[in-house]
Amino acid sequence: MNANDSVPMVQMLSPEGDFAVPKNYAEYGSYIERLTEEDFLKFYRDMARCRRFDNEATALQRQGQLGLWIPAIGQEAAQIGSGYGVGHNDHIFPSYREHGVAITHGVELMSILKMLRGVNHGGWNPDETRFHLYGIVLGSQVLHATGYAMGVKFDGKVATGNKADDLAVISYFGDGATAEGDISESFLFAANTQSPIVFFCQNNQWAISSPTASQTRVPLYRRGEGFGVPGIRIDGNDVLASYAVTAKHMDDARQGAGPYMIEALTYRIGAHTSSDDPTKYRTDEEVAYWTARDPLKRFEVFLRRQGIGEDFFEEVAEAGEKLASEIREATFALKTPEMDEMFKHVYSEPHPVIDEQLDWLKRYEASFGGEN
Amino acid sequence: MTNFVDMAIAKAINAGLRKAMSEDNKVLVFGEDVAQLGGVFRVTEGLHAEFGESRIFNSPIAESGIVGTAIGLAMRGYRPVAEIQFDGFIFPAFDQITTQLAKMQNRSEGFHKMPVVIRVPFGGGIGAVEHHSESPEAYFAHTAGLRVVSPSNPNDAYWMIQQAIRSNDPVMFFEPKRRYWQKGPVNLDTPPQDLHSARVIREGNDLTIVSYGPMVHTSLQAAEVAAGEGVSIEVIDLRSLSPIDFPTIIESVKKTGRLITVAEAPNSFSVASEISATITEECFYHLQAPVLRVGGFDIPYPAAKLEEIYLPDADRILEAVDRSRAY
Repeated sequence: MNANDSVPMVQMLSPEGDFAVPKNYAEYGSYIERLTEEDFLKFYRDMARCRRFDNEATALQRQGQLGLWIPAIGQEAAQIGSGYGVGHNDHIFPSYREHGVAITHGVELMSILKMLRGVNHGGWNPDETRFHLYGIVLGSQVLHATGYAMGVKFDGKVATGNKADDLAVISYFGDGATAEGDISESFLFAANTQSPIVFFCQNNQWAISSPTASQTRVPLYRRGEGFGVPGIRIDGNDVLASYAVTAKHMDDARQGAGPYMIEALTYRIGAHTSSDDPTKYRTDEEVAYWTARDPLKRFEVFLRRQGIGEDFFEEVAEAGEKLASEIREATFALKTPEMDEMFKHVYSEPHPVIDEQLDWLKRYEASFGGEN
Repeated sequence: MTNFVDMAIAKAINAGLRKAMSEDNKVLVFGEDVAQLGGVFRVTEGLHAEFGESRIFNSPIAESGIVGTAIGLAMRGYRPVAEIQFDGFIFPAFDQITTQLAKMQNRSEGFHKMPVVIRVPFGGGIGAVEHHSESPEAYFAHTAGLRVVSPSNPNDAYWMIQQAIRSNDPVMFFEPKRRYWQKGPVNLDTPPQDLHSARVIREGNDLTIVSYGPMVHTSLQAAEVAAGEGVSIEVIDLRSLSPIDFPTIIESVKKTGRLITVAEAPNSFSVASEISATITEECFYHLQAPVLRVGGFDIPYPAAKLEEIYLPDADRILEAVDRSRAY
């Protein structure tokens, strides 16, 4: 049995770009009805921005400018759609591939490249964007998200009666991470406390070289059931489904519905990271099948049918080139941090052992006469 | 007039928690069976009745979940105090403690403070089954970003738990479980000293013993016996295992010229080894003998009928005293 097969999923935009809201998903359809043309254009612009950013970062890595790159190509609809489904107070706990979600919340893209160049470990300010640091140890950030959501509940910030005051949490992870005990424990803690959290699983079908079929016998959207976390599968390459389903369940979470799981079925068109070689474990036919279901292409078809003209797409392409050259230049300009930096934030209060080690290191470096 | 009250270590931690919870409503206490039951050692007894479910609650039996959600709660502005039921049960949480809790402040460049306290009853001597008598402190002392402390007496227990809760860094709080019921005076008005300084608890001139947690009591017994034989031993209660207050140890060793470490943990790669290495570097010309370590053996903690042989006692310490003085 392949856990990806024959499961109903929320889809509003077919791979051919046809838009329709199935009757049983009308509650999600109402979220699309509220969108304006400007929202549609914003979705497309950001998906294209994410793709262009990704391609440029891949080039930078190949040229030795980044230590590593983690492509998200193919997952833009899952990320941009859900990212815009997250509300103005909500907090986001991403895994390490969520560049698209970062874009929707105004995270400075250079801070992602800074981390992958090895300048720091990802020091963006989660308070400004409510987009927390990338979780690198699989599943670890999902427990932090759950604890945060428990805190929101303890603070009484759920169903306050004033929607501007309510908030919920969303945590992103992949199909591979679902095997981690931390994810199961997150379901349990969140369900027991009925905390306001949406678990957003991007099933990109490959955990590095392990296909989903080898990781689970039961479709992933049902993983939370035994813990009391209901779930649904969506077409993760459909930006509208991703937006609507996320927006609806974040709304529900803010109003006290408790935790919910969304499995976005998508496909990692690129490699796991720049160190990976997917030709060793999957076929060209499979990649071609999914490339034909590219989330950007289908949304472009939809927009053109809506009467969006060539001007818009040209403008998006130009903006992409501008972004690419900007991040190129900014990457070259990144400076190696001062050596104090690696000692500075280990503790928040003085620590005699590392203070002494830093003093020693400074004397040692100075002993070379300033040529460090 | 200073207000002294006699209480046992378990009661002193309880009183310290109560005080911290009263002073700051962001302090949350949770863990397995800590609520109505008051924990398997009753350290949190009565707190649920006093503060209610919103401040102290039972968690599922999932240690990684306990620490992982504590991290998220700290990000939300809480000061979580998580109880791990027994030393040997901490390892499911090892990942969250070492890769997340310890590093969160560093990786966020100081944005996320991690005022999380993890309480761990540790050590043997209670006749328990496997996994209930261990001394895993070195794993955590080895990890940058954590602070590790262990009180040995009720007064320290009362104050150190409060200081740990007030710290903005994560603190591993190792409680000497076999001394939980040992009574002593607690000064309810004034803390004895800061969280990370060691204390000379018995002055002497011939030899220094450094110990912490449950073995401090045993070290004092050995010093008493030695005094009867005309040997004057200085005993230092380390209190903080990371960072270690080396200036206090160095000052003592410069005076006595001899050092013995005493702990339950196996000697290899231990807190004791760290002290031995550093004192050798810092006090080489003052040492009259090599630093000796009295500790557990490098074997899994034995079955209860053998633990008396396994655990250091006053005789084992005195044997080391003789060896040291023979140089």
